[in-house]
Amino acid sequence: MQFWVIQTLNSFALGGLLFLLSSGFSLIFGLMRVPNLAHGAFFMLGAYIGVSTMGQVGGNFWLGVIGGGLGVAVLGGVLERFILRRLAGNEQGQVLVTLGFAFIIADLCLVAWGGDPIPVPAPSYVNRPLFFAGLAFPTYRFVVLGVAVAMAVVLHVVMDRTRLGAMIRAGVDDMQMARGIGIKASQLFTIVFCLGAALAGAGGVLGGPITSAYPGLDADMLPLALVVVILGGVGSLLGAFVGSFAIGFIYNFGIALFPDLAYVILFLPMVLVLVWRPQGLFGRLLR
Amino acid sequence: MSRALASAVALAVALAVLPWILGNTFYVNLSSQILIYALFALSINLLSGYAGLTSLGQAAYFGGAAYACAWLVNRVGLDQTTAACAAVLFGTGLAALFGVLSLRASGLGFLMITLALGQIVWGVAYRWVELTGGDNGMRMGARPSPLGLDISRPMPFYYFTAIVFGIALYCLWRLARSPFGASLRGTRDQPRRMRMLGYHVWLVQWVAFVMSGFWAAVAGVLFVYYNQFVSPITLSLQQSAEVLLMSILGGAGTLAGPIVGAIVITLVKNVVSSYLDRWNTLLGVIFVVSVIFMPEGIVPGSLRLWRRFTGAGTAAPKPVAKTS
Repeated sequence: MQFWVIQTLNSFALGGLLFLLSSGFSLIFGLMRVPNLAHGAFFMLGAYIGVSTMGQVGGNFWLGVIGGGLGVAVLGGVLERFILRRLAGNEQGQVLVTLGFAFIIADLCLVAWGGDPIPVPAPSYVNRPLFFAGLAFPTYRFVVLGVAVAMAVVLHVVMDRTRLGAMIRAGVDDMQMARGIGIKASQLFTIVFCLGAALAGAGGVLGGPITSAYPGLDADMLPLALVVVILGGVGSLLGAFVGSFAIGFIYNFGIALFPDLAYVILFLPMVLVLVWRPQGLFGRLLR
Repeated sequence: MSRALASAVALAVALAVLPWILGNTFYVNLSSQILIYALFALSINLLSGYAGLTSLGQAAYFGGAAYACAWLVNRVGLDQTTAACAAVLFGTGLAALFGVLSLRASGLGFLMITLALGQIVWGVAYRWVELTGGDNGMRMGARPSPLGLDISRPMPFYYFTAIVFGIALYCLWRLARSPFGASLRGTRDQPRRMRMLGYHVWLVQWVAFVMSGFWAAVAGVLFVYYNQFVSPITLSLQQSAEVLLMSILGGAGTLAGPIVGAIVITLVKNVVSSYLDRWNTLLGVIFVVSVIFMPEGIVPGSLRLWRRFTGAGTAAPKPVAKTS
């Protein structure tokens, strides 16, 4: 019983982390037509920056989360403004540049923070497990889940209720038309890229107490984000949400039950979706 | 035809005398390595160059075949010839399956799916310790002795690799000039028109995908013979990215381009890693710089400069815009 409860909670927490990672990825891909392959590296860099920030500010966890998010957002903004902008219209070139940056970031993290995993301390008030009905629950998992759901609600409101969200949706649907009616695409690109980077960076710090910060975290997270987006559909917030939790469950239980085969199990939902609904569960066909 | 024959003879002579000029065992081994990577880069060039389908999972077929070969010889105890054939078949079969899945999407969706599939194969090799030895990799007992010839020493192995490379290059050259090669370029430039002309675009692309997987698998078997060892690094995203960079850097969609790219990248990698271990940073920098400043690649770029310098011919034809 304890096993199933704990694993379910872990799956929710992983799903929440994946949502923070893949919602930004999905929006960037939907809007700019660029799968940002540096997104896994953003996640890892966020975790490292977060843990260093915590060291600087006396161990406040949430300042670390904000630090990680902001730091990565600035990097994302620079990457978008000064590099991707130069390659406008050459989507393949843009992807390859993000891939190049993924390698550079990962390697420089190795230089800056060394090869040993760095544990990220959770805030001290959630270190004690919650007891309910005779079962112990690791409290921090609830925190991750709560933040992810709150973030999902905020993103949903922004996308659905605000002018900015309407512009983003218009851009995802039909960029040419959106430009035609006077939406400033270049500003929108920067905003969305920074936002996606910030979500990934903050997600890295938030996941830190579970995953810790280690070299290779990027390579572990990127394929999960890709599978989420393939599953959920490009440019769809709902798709990212559903896909994240689906993959969170499949991957987490896969690791717990069949540790050797966890990656093979990931393969199955991908195959099913690609065969029956290649645009993803909630996606539209990209033109 | 005579010009092609002449350049083929020249290439064969150059490959044959190269180890005698180099002399040193280190350089002979380096040449074998370059030839293996050149074949690997030529294989991805079928997709990313001729078919215009950028794959980031090419290491799956290369490393998959390498793993299969080592596993069959080492764990199952098959003889070398059967193991090599089965390994190539495995890599090609993997490509056939992944091709069906990846070609459900086009453009960057294709790239994303190949990347995810490649990472899954990497994850299997990394995590399924019982089967693959995990991070420790797998040893390959010894190099085979084709036709009873001993190729365990660097010089004979170089010639073995060069012969396989020569055969592959000839096949790919024929393929590029064949009607199939033309229809492949057609599906890249004008998929709609090709469909209207009655070509089965999906099938053409899938066949190219499988062929690309086949040559990657051949290169993978050579690779495991060369190192007599294979580890998850062979299947990693870095590996896929490196080989894609080779084909793009040299000039995608040409035969000489991937070879030049393989020479440049392999040399830089070997030189750099003897001085410092920041190869991944440099790989990233080369990626960024070559995409921004040299989008067409070394070979087409140099040809264009050469034409302008000699004044012969007009400027290179512009690629036809996609209409889909």
